[in-house]
Amino acid sequence: MNTDARNTKVMNRFDVTSRLIAKLEHEEAVIGGIGNTNFDLWAAGHRPQNFYMLGSMGLAFPIALGVALAQPDRRVFALEGDGSLLMQLGALSTIAALKPKNLTMIVMDNGIYQITGAQPTPAANVADIVAIATGSGLTNSAWAADEEDFERLVEEAMSAGEPSLIAVRIDDKSGVGATRRDPVQIRERFMHGLGVREPL
Amino acid sequence: MAIAEQQTSSEAAQTSSDKSWHGIVLQTLKRNEISLVPYVPDRVLTPLIKNLHADPFFTTFATAREEEAVGIVSGAWMGGRRGAVLMQTSGFATLANVLASLAVPYQIPLIMFVSERGTLGEFNYGQSLVCRTMRPVLDSLALEHHTITRLDELEFIADRSIKQA
Repeated sequence: MNTDARNTKVMNRFDVTSRLIAKLEHEEAVIGGIGNTNFDLWAAGHRPQNFYMLGSMGLAFPIALGVALAQPDRRVFALEGDGSLLMQLGALSTIAALKPKNLTMIVMDNGIYQITGAQPTPAANVADIVAIATGSGLTNSAWAADEEDFERLVEEAMSAGEPSLIAVRIDDKSGVGATRRDPVQIRERFMHGLGVREPL
Repeated sequence: MAIAEQQTSSEAAQTSSDKSWHGIVLQTLKRNEISLVPYVPDRVLTPLIKNLHADPFFTTFATAREEEAVGIVSGAWMGGRRGAVLMQTSGFATLANVLASLAVPYQIPLIMFVSERGTLGEFNYGQSLVCRTMRPVLDSLALEHHTITRLDELEFIADRSIKQA
């Protein structure tokens, strides 16, 4: 477990997201949090198992938990920003208590609300996301030291017997793409991707 | 879509008979295959929560915040599993954002049981003010809601609300 943020490389959200997507071979669900997090998920190449949040800031992990509880045989990834996670820290304990084996949480931490004008979050420079997660009961939480380490942690998470959280320090770049903002289409495609509904 | 649960006396709520309000709610959830029930607890809801925990059909657990519970049942529904959320009126007052930016625009059916505090006999001024925000928020989003005031209407309203959602 790497709980030291100081020696981690500053990576890029789109690059890290693309590395995650490249590793998915079993129709894993991916929930993208509000703003840049789901913009980069979209830009990494749309998949039917992707869900893009257009509002409800802070709920990427709870939504992913719901998917994980509904489909215990499918692996579920959730991508969330540090500012979003700060809005819903209690969700970490809920997940720690339920221990879904198939849920992996990824936190993109740049210490700022990039999309609103790069204002620092209250946690920037004072709080440590992995320490918060560990203290919330998610013992399988770690900082990714660099891109290779991130990929290794993703592979570990795929066979872990408990929920995993991977924190990534990222730069202040905005998202690369712009998700098509049609909530009903996003939801319907996602349900097709999960095998819950058949296309008309 | 939303059901406001009128407060019942805690004495009457202690029995777990099928004819009690909580027995009817539990059986109605089960009959409609609603098995995932996250909640933020409320004293009035206590017998229902206790019996949900005791029944292996249900996955029921506390969340730190009501919107977290709405996120969980929304994700579960998209994954093919039905859920419902239990809360108090003050908890409902935290939900305008998630209702307006997740449940309604994505057209995700959402069942909420809200124990109504802040009305007849309320002694806490803050509670009575919070309570007044509930129906205007529901109405502003055209979310259908019913207030249960009679035991003999409970099963019909709960069952048909679930089916309509």
